[in-house]
Amino acid sequence: MRTLLNTLYVQTQGSYLRLENDNVRVDVEGARVAMLPLHHLDGVVVFGNVLISPYLIQRLGREHKPVTWLTESGRFTARTETPMSGNVLLRVAQHAASGDPARTLAVARYIAAGKLQNQKAALLRSARDAAEADQPILREAARDVNGQIGCLPLAGTVDEVRGIEGTAARAYFGAFSHTLRVNRDFFWLGERTRRPARDPINAVLNYAYTLLAGDCAGACQQVGLDPQVGFLHALRPGRASLALDLMEELRAVIADRAVITLINRSQLTPRDFILHAGGSVTISEDGRRTLIKHLQERKQETVKHSLTGRDTPLGLIAHVQARLLAQHLRGDRPHYPPYLHR
Amino acid sequence: MIDLLICYDVNTETSAGRKRLRRVAKVCVAHGQRVQNSVFEVSVNDVQLLALRDQLLREMDPSEDSVRIYRLRQPRDKFVEAFGRDGYRDLSAPLIL
Repeated sequence: MRTLLNTLYVQTQGSYLRLENDNVRVDVEGARVAMLPLHHLDGVVVFGNVLISPYLIQRLGREHKPVTWLTESGRFTARTETPMSGNVLLRVAQHAASGDPARTLAVARYIAAGKLQNQKAALLRSARDAAEADQPILREAARDVNGQIGCLPLAGTVDEVRGIEGTAARAYFGAFSHTLRVNRDFFWLGERTRRPARDPINAVLNYAYTLLAGDCAGACQQVGLDPQVGFLHALRPGRASLALDLMEELRAVIADRAVITLINRSQLTPRDFILHAGGSVTISEDGRRTLIKHLQERKQETVKHSLTGRDTPLGLIAHVQARLLAQHLRGDRPHYPPYLHR
Repeated sequence: MIDLLICYDVNTETSAGRKRLRRVAKVCVAHGQRVQNSVFEVSVNDVQLLALRDQLLREMDPSEDSVRIYRLRQPRDKFVEAFGRDGYRDLSAPLIL
């Protein structure tokens, strides 16, 4: 298989990248930390305060290797447009696929399958750690989610896929509270509510999803996909549907897991939430900081990607998936392989 | 990709020789990683190998210098043992700095 990731990611704040003898030279605080021959790279992604010399930007541009600038937290800001980028063909392929009901359905089905599979794995994982009384409830929910996976091949339209996904989500979130071991009287998820969140779990889940959606939008942009043209999510002005599609497989793995861990470790406690009159709940600034720090640390953890078999940092899974989707849309892959968490 | 080991001996008795040494080293740096003073590990495709060989032949003086190109067996980590200070970086793995 073609090498999937030979993109250079620089997230060390204050690094300086420059061109030296057909190499990218990376300096941190005046000391050289890497010399990377250009022919190994197909692009450079920098986070936050990273300096790139104009000569390097121009050389990368001339060789059709895009530079992407993201904020330190990973939100997309800019990307170089190279003289002959595959963008237009990829985007045309993406738009053509989104206009073709059969292809849209196929992609949506794989995304949903990945999501349900990861939800099931997350429930079973929680069941292993849970108190004895909660274990059967979690296993039962995992069985229900698993049952919905079997229904996916029968779905004839994207709406039916969304319905199956919704049924599974009800089973998943119905059992969600049972994954928590502490502060149970405070943290209790009734139903998913957004804008405004009606209980603390919804508040913290919504915030984690926002961060994750930003990461996924950055991944789409970096690969050259149009983040607003999605498959599982309906098109709507201003909505990054494709970023939300990519996020589906990662919600249970990254966001939900982080919330469960933080609550169970008592790092998020009732004091981190503000209850407003009228029943809405928001997460306090301290609570947000705890969550962001945990998510950033979690992104450094490596997992073995189910398809490439490579050790990949969790934070790069969205980039890998965007690339795999791009390969499918261009016709290099017969179907889109979703990310399956072990 | 083809993995190569390149080592060279350039006669540095004359200033022309020292100049050749610098230029040969530069060609190698442009294509791969310096693993020892005059030893490089390079991973290139067929076209890049032709260019690399051509450039090396142009810079060296066949009557004074010697350049050797060895092919490394893949997978590299199975056939290359390195001890001591080693700055080798696997360039096909995700690069995050």
